[in-house]
Amino acid sequence: MPKVKEKNIAEKCYHCGEDCKNSGITSEEKSFCCEGCKAVYEILKGNDLCSYYTDYNKDEKYPTKLSVIKFENKFEYLNDTDIQKKLLDFKDNKISKVTFIIPSIHCSSCIWLLEKLFKLNSGIKSSVVDFPKKSITIIFDHSAISLKDVVVLISSIGYEPLISPEKNDDQIKRDEFKNKDLTLKIGIAGFCLGNIMLLSFPEYLSNGGEIDSQLKNIFNYLNILLSLPVFFYSASDYFISAWKAVKKNYINIDFPISLGLIALFVRSLYEIILFNNSGYIDSLAGLIFLLLIGKLFQSKTYQTLNFERDYKSYFPVSVTVLKNGNEISIPVAKLETGERILIRNGEIIPADSILFNGNANIDYSFVTGESMPEQKVMGEIIYAGGRHFGSAIELEVIKTVSQSYLTQLWNNDAFKKTQKSNIQNLTDKVSKYFTVIILAIAFGSGLFWIREDINKAIDAFTTVLIIACPCAFALTTPFAFGYTLRIFGRNKFYLKKGSVIEDMSNINTVVFDKTGTITDSGNISVKFFGSKLSHTELCLVKTLVRNSSHPLSRKIFESISSEDCSDDLEVTNFDESISDGISGIVSGIPVKVGNIKYLLKDLDCSYYESGHEFIKKPFSTNVFISINNFIKGYYSFRNIYRAGIDKAADELSEDYELAVITGDNNSEMNNLIKIFGSRAKLLFNQKPQDKLNYVKEIQSVSGKVLMIGDGLNDAGALKQSEVGISVSENITNFLPSCDAIIDADEISKIGKFIRFSKTTINIIRASFVISFVYNIIGLYLAAQGIFSPLVAAILMPFNSISIIVIIFLLTNFFAKRRGLA
Amino acid sequence: MSAIIILICVSLTVAVIFLIAFIWSVSSGQYADKYTPSVRMLFDENETPEDLKKDKSLPKNIKKL
Repeated sequence: MPKVKEKNIAEKCYHCGEDCKNSGITSEEKSFCCEGCKAVYEILKGNDLCSYYTDYNKDEKYPTKLSVIKFENKFEYLNDTDIQKKLLDFKDNKISKVTFIIPSIHCSSCIWLLEKLFKLNSGIKSSVVDFPKKSITIIFDHSAISLKDVVVLISSIGYEPLISPEKNDDQIKRDEFKNKDLTLKIGIAGFCLGNIMLLSFPEYLSNGGEIDSQLKNIFNYLNILLSLPVFFYSASDYFISAWKAVKKNYINIDFPISLGLIALFVRSLYEIILFNNSGYIDSLAGLIFLLLIGKLFQSKTYQTLNFERDYKSYFPVSVTVLKNGNEISIPVAKLETGERILIRNGEIIPADSILFNGNANIDYSFVTGESMPEQKVMGEIIYAGGRHFGSAIELEVIKTVSQSYLTQLWNNDAFKKTQKSNIQNLTDKVSKYFTVIILAIAFGSGLFWIREDINKAIDAFTTVLIIACPCAFALTTPFAFGYTLRIFGRNKFYLKKGSVIEDMSNINTVVFDKTGTITDSGNISVKFFGSKLSHTELCLVKTLVRNSSHPLSRKIFESISSEDCSDDLEVTNFDESISDGISGIVSGIPVKVGNIKYLLKDLDCSYYESGHEFIKKPFSTNVFISINNFIKGYYSFRNIYRAGIDKAADELSEDYELAVITGDNNSEMNNLIKIFGSRAKLLFNQKPQDKLNYVKEIQSVSGKVLMIGDGLNDAGALKQSEVGISVSENITNFLPSCDAIIDADEISKIGKFIRFSKTTINIIRASFVISFVYNIIGLYLAAQGIFSPLVAAILMPFNSISIIVIIFLLTNFFAKRRGLA
Repeated sequence: MSAIIILICVSLTVAVIFLIAFIWSVSSGQYADKYTPSVRMLFDENETPEDLKKDKSLPKNIKKL
């Protein structure tokens, strides 16, 4: 049942826009629906923050949705103890703690308002906002306020949280722990390094022997003491990683690093304790500190972006089931076939079902990228994933959630792999040979001396290991990736992690999705076909469509300029038939706008002929016009291709195979050929599973695929490809799981990004060569016997730092030259 | 000579105090969110929520939960 529209605006809540239902709650002549809204208003008013309302109402991101969605019903499922258990971080007999992601947090007044929740309800003990993460942590007294009421409260003030039953909490906590851990390790390494350098300073200047030997001893032992936390705590990750790799029978870069570090430490202990020489403690601490800085540099992540979402984080947590006339809220996972469900305005269809009652108006933009809603009538099948707009509908479930057309994609093997094929990265590949060579040299020189002097043998052996410690080498990749990540980030291209750069440099095929990826879903061209409409006729149409809120009506309305029509005409007998069209009598002339069936319904057969030629056209995106019972023609809606996509395709086609894969029909074939050239493969009418299979097919003939898509229907293909890139107009929106996110406006730069990733890999290769040269120089010095603690203290940090500087200069130089800076 | 040793002991002690302060600040989560506190400090503090620490019914380590 469509709701009767309230004419009197004064009766809507000033804060949330909801009907006041004569609540009688007023403040300064403004009415409110509830005490909560009034309280928020008063808080805002009392702090001169009423501009909140003007901003708030203008902002189209939060339209009147608030007034329509009934939060009370929507969050009914939060009373379920199972769901509560999953959501709550902590609960004891008095208080509960919960953390939500709230995408609409966007300014400092959001923080202010959300941290004043305790004023709205005394049950809330505290609320703390984490702005970069867009999250809020609420501690509340669950005997005073239920979890559901907390959520309803924050939703009603405009901050609806994103609730997903499958919180990958563990992942988040692990990342948080890792970050904390790394910060601590760097802090401690930095602290110890500073003090060790201070204590080693006399040694640097002394040329040996001049300083008091007692003092020197004290300094040396203090150095050992300070190096213990660095060696055993800060550097522990390298030893653990190397050991894990060895257990799995392969050698990673951490192995030669660990060898070098252990050699440095043991040799230093040996020198200090046995010979009262100063060891290499300063070099050891310096190297570990630099290595950790490299790690920190690479670990930069985009906190607000989520690369790991699957359909579950997007689908509703619960659904209203109709049983014996009662509405019961159950978790979607428990939904069974044959059950009758109720979908309200703005809710998502959780499973494939048949429309049983009402008129559905389904927006599949998250699934396909198509922004125009589809209309369905009773008896039609509605696939899961669409969002319904309009009055509530009843559906009968025909497939369970996990077996639905779209969601079964996630049962595919591509999603079961936790990691993409374990390709060894460049560093590990090189370090394997490197390790073998330095071990050979170390043992060789050790064996060479062992017959003469055991001490000399140990000296030679450890010196080689120390000199060959590939620290500069290990820093190359993190810094090159780190700089490139930042350069891409500045260009609104966000990578999940650095290794994606390497994957990207190896691809040879680029696959595009069409709708929403290369077409601009927000920008639709409206074109009229048929006999040209006169000014008066345009006016009639414009006046009629003004009365409808259907998106297509809005588009027609916008397309008729005020130059064509400025008169104000009167409409009588207005009628809107949902999913068919609208009709009315404008200045005495009957006008109809809608699909062909609707127009032909009451038409004379004699007029049928004139409309005949249009009938053959698919009418999903064509809206027909009849004036005075005569069909004039139709408006056609077409997505516009994103600016610069043709240039990007042109650039790419030189070096890469291109393909476009779409779920749509081939009506756009000629345009696509124009953009992508005749060599590109074009595939139409592809199901989500087909897209995935196509990617697999290319991979089976040694293709490396970069896939660019945007909707849930691309999720499988994105996951299967070597590099999956999601296109987004608003990065906080839903995105399928992917390796990278690109801002929709920057998609024309995709060719540049791919090329730059190749440049980065070349920079890394060049830096490898430089660091090898350093190692050879070091070995030469060692062979000459001029390897002293002082030389080590200068040479080793110099290697690392110079490599960092070289990479910084090179990446920025090339970024500028490529127009990416 | 012993003056230097004393000075070094003092300087190390001071440094260690700062190290401990750093470790405490990391483990109490001050590095987790580097932006919000900068905004929060600008709000008027006329009314604060019931102080969590004073409320004895709440677990002491509530922040770490």
